[in-house]
Amino acid sequence: MSIRHTFALTAALALLPMAGYAAPAIDQPAPTFSATTADGKAVDLTSLRGKTVVLEWTNHDCPFVKKHYESGNMQGLQKEATSQGIVWLQVISSAPGKQGHLDGASATRLNNARNAVPSHVLLDADGKIGKLYGAQTTPHMYIIDPKGVLVYKGGIDSITTANKDDIAKAEPYVRQALAALAAGKSISANNTKPYGCSIKYAD
Amino acid sequence: MHVLTLLQHLLVFTALLFAGTLYAAPAIAPAHAATEQVKVRLIAERLSVEPGSEVLIGLEQKIIPHWHTYWQNPGDSGLASSIEWILPAAASAGAIQWPVPERHKSGGLTNYGYADQVVLLSPLRIPTDAKPDSDFVIRAKASWLVCEEICIPQQAELGLTLKIARATEATAGAAPAPHPLIQTARSRLPQAAPWPATVAYAKDKLQLRITAAELNAQSAADIWFYPLQWGKLNHGGAQKLSRDGDNLLIDLQPGEAPGKAGDALEGVLVIKEKTKDATLTRGFTLRATATSAPLLETGTALVNTASAASISASTGDTTSPSLLAAILLAFAGGIVLNLMPCVFPVLSIKALTLVRHGPHASRTTRLHGLAYTAGIVLSFLLLAGLLLLLRSSGAQIGWGFQFQSPLFVLAIAWLMFAIGLSLSGVFTLGNSIAGLGEELTEQPGYSGSFFTGVLATVVATPCTAPFMGVAIAYALSQPALQLFAVFVGLGLGLALPYLLLSNWPLLQRCLPKPGVWMERLKQAFAFPMYATALWLSWVLVQQAGPDSLLFALGGMLLIALAAWLFDSTRALNNGPRRVATLIAIGLIASAAAVAWLRLPDTVAQAEKNTATQAGSEFETYSEARLQALRSEGKAVFLNFTAAWCITCLVNERVALSHDSVQAAFKADGLHYLKGDWTNQDAAITRKLAEFGRNGVPLYVFYPAGKTTQAMVLPQILTPDIVLEHIRPATDRRH
Repeated sequence: MSIRHTFALTAALALLPMAGYAAPAIDQPAPTFSATTADGKAVDLTSLRGKTVVLEWTNHDCPFVKKHYESGNMQGLQKEATSQGIVWLQVISSAPGKQGHLDGASATRLNNARNAVPSHVLLDADGKIGKLYGAQTTPHMYIIDPKGVLVYKGGIDSITTANKDDIAKAEPYVRQALAALAAGKSISANNTKPYGCSIKYAD
Repeated sequence: MHVLTLLQHLLVFTALLFAGTLYAAPAIAPAHAATEQVKVRLIAERLSVEPGSEVLIGLEQKIIPHWHTYWQNPGDSGLASSIEWILPAAASAGAIQWPVPERHKSGGLTNYGYADQVVLLSPLRIPTDAKPDSDFVIRAKASWLVCEEICIPQQAELGLTLKIARATEATAGAAPAPHPLIQTARSRLPQAAPWPATVAYAKDKLQLRITAAELNAQSAADIWFYPLQWGKLNHGGAQKLSRDGDNLLIDLQPGEAPGKAGDALEGVLVIKEKTKDATLTRGFTLRATATSAPLLETGTALVNTASAASISASTGDTTSPSLLAAILLAFAGGIVLNLMPCVFPVLSIKALTLVRHGPHASRTTRLHGLAYTAGIVLSFLLLAGLLLLLRSSGAQIGWGFQFQSPLFVLAIAWLMFAIGLSLSGVFTLGNSIAGLGEELTEQPGYSGSFFTGVLATVVATPCTAPFMGVAIAYALSQPALQLFAVFVGLGLGLALPYLLLSNWPLLQRCLPKPGVWMERLKQAFAFPMYATALWLSWVLVQQAGPDSLLFALGGMLLIALAAWLFDSTRALNNGPRRVATLIAIGLIASAAAVAWLRLPDTVAQAEKNTATQAGSEFETYSEARLQALRSEGKAVFLNFTAAWCITCLVNERVALSHDSVQAAFKADGLHYLKGDWTNQDAAITRKLAEFGRNGVPLYVFYPAGKTTQAMVLPQILTPDIVLEHIRPATDRRH
């Protein structure tokens, strides 16, 4: 027989655990974690049962994150949420030396400077929490209900640009989800497209 | 990090600066602009446009190395480029026509986009009441996201002035050639797929089924399906290819928002093939309608599974498992191999000897176990070394690569059959009672154990491919050290059960006591061997056509006859015994000789059928025929193709056998010659070299006339490209 060209190969990975991007499913218990906060405290997700928890992946130098901070949109959401007793966890998964990486003091200083009011900043430089949640972009948003069930994951809103002018035109998914949760209604758009910069995990 | 941040600020600042100067520019924006990362420019298909006509406007992005812009579905992150048009009244621009994307991987995320250079085309409709001789100014606000590790959104406002032509001018003269960049960009657009496609949904899996005889999954192409929408598929997930008759099956992993049963799946199927002369990429837009038919399990496509590990799609773009995971998987796979019909008998026989030899000193058995392990591991290392050798010699090969060769498949089928006969008791070798494996087992000392290990490895190969595809595929795409590590893992797994038995006397006691049942068990093990022989014969038929079945079964008949002769004359004295042995050897030798000499022809015939059945009326190429036609001044179209060349087959499907092309061939009295290079025919190789080519496809058109110049067509054809090349001939004739 003549030449059978064979193929360039890739591992077909069906059998292997993916390197850690198996995102948790909606309506399933959210994966638990404990983390160190910017002010050196420890936060354990299980200790937050009974409260709604918002996870916000961030990288302050990412243009898509800037879109929501420079417009005040993110701070507004944080204020609305925390004033209702919702726990807002800002997560930084950028690896040391990569864009968006901050030490605790700098993270606190930055939040003070831009009037951001997350309940805690979680330092996740090794990307463990990020990979646990399959977080891909900054921003990437997750909402966990008081029973510890993941009820929302995806984008902060519906228009996937880095343009501040689009915020007003977008469907505010996270705001809608929090409102529905507070009203005891089901969240209509609970699994949306996350958009932004890729998270700068350690290589 | 501070450096990076600073750098990024600087970049953004530069981008803004550029954008700023652009916005500050007077009414007509320049046709080009640049940021640190991207040079953009607006180009028109032609600058002189008729009222009411449509003209393609291209936005060219020239991107510095390692940075990317994005496709309409940017994948896990990123953002598609966009254009906002500011046009004179009544003019309108259509949506961006996206060229075929590439996939880029970084930090575990997969993106779909472009590197280096891309031209995004938009059709622009000129109003019918546009005034001839007037300027027609178009402006475009282009926005794009460009990323390397960091991402920067950028924009530019570009302008271009077209001239409205008088309708008469345009029709009278020959239309000016379109801008070459636009022409190239157009050739990079996906075409509508000529194949029907369906999609089936199952838990955690989607299966795309494309009815396309041309897309032979055994060929050397990288085939990837890019979903049009976010969430439908896992963007970086493995896409496993297999074949089921005329269908190409692609197993896909669902994304965050997968469709439900009943949903169609839209995307672009991109086929990238390395020919000897170039890398050819072409895309097809595909809309797969939902089907409720169940997914085909991989088992159904086992023909390919032999070569399937090799097919498991694409280059090193999908996520690779960690080395440890791969070794563990290989180890587990090795353990599973013990249960395989091709291995278990060997293991059992070996275990039986432990029992037969009674309660050995545990040191001796342990050493036997180690010898067996060494035999296995060394064979695997040898195999890994062989793989490396072949790989380094340029061929990228997959596990079961031996199965690419029908002769190998046939030989293994016969070996399995012979082992089966031996297990059944038709013949025995030496003084032992159970054939090859048993003979080796009977060898006293540790060399016997060592060779049983070797044998276990050899007979494991047919079973290894389907089970170990993943680890092997991984290993083959890795550096030498990793490859060896994975193979050692595989070998250790295979050796483990026996090693355990030889180390823990307690486990040995669990082994059944020897007795008549052993003989029965041994005979029973013949059947898995026969089944393997049967399966391999079937694989052979898939590879080498129906005639090969005759070789396979005929050879088995001769082997059985030889075995019977050999064994039944055992009691006879030297003379007749020697004659019988010679006859037996002769029978087997003749079977081998016939297969060796004739099987390649069968394969060639089978492949020729595939190569030539596609397409239409043609004559077989010969240099003499070509020269005869040329000396008569006839127009000739030459097509050099091969059964394993996807691009060739697809070109025939979408262009050469297209009605419009066929009609033009007939109308022009053109002679269509086809040369089949499936077997690298030397005469064709010379002809290819004449045109500076090393391989197929090659398309050449000789216009009518005795002294006309041959024209070489592009390697990727569309009906339009073919017609454009042969039309001038038509014009000349009329």
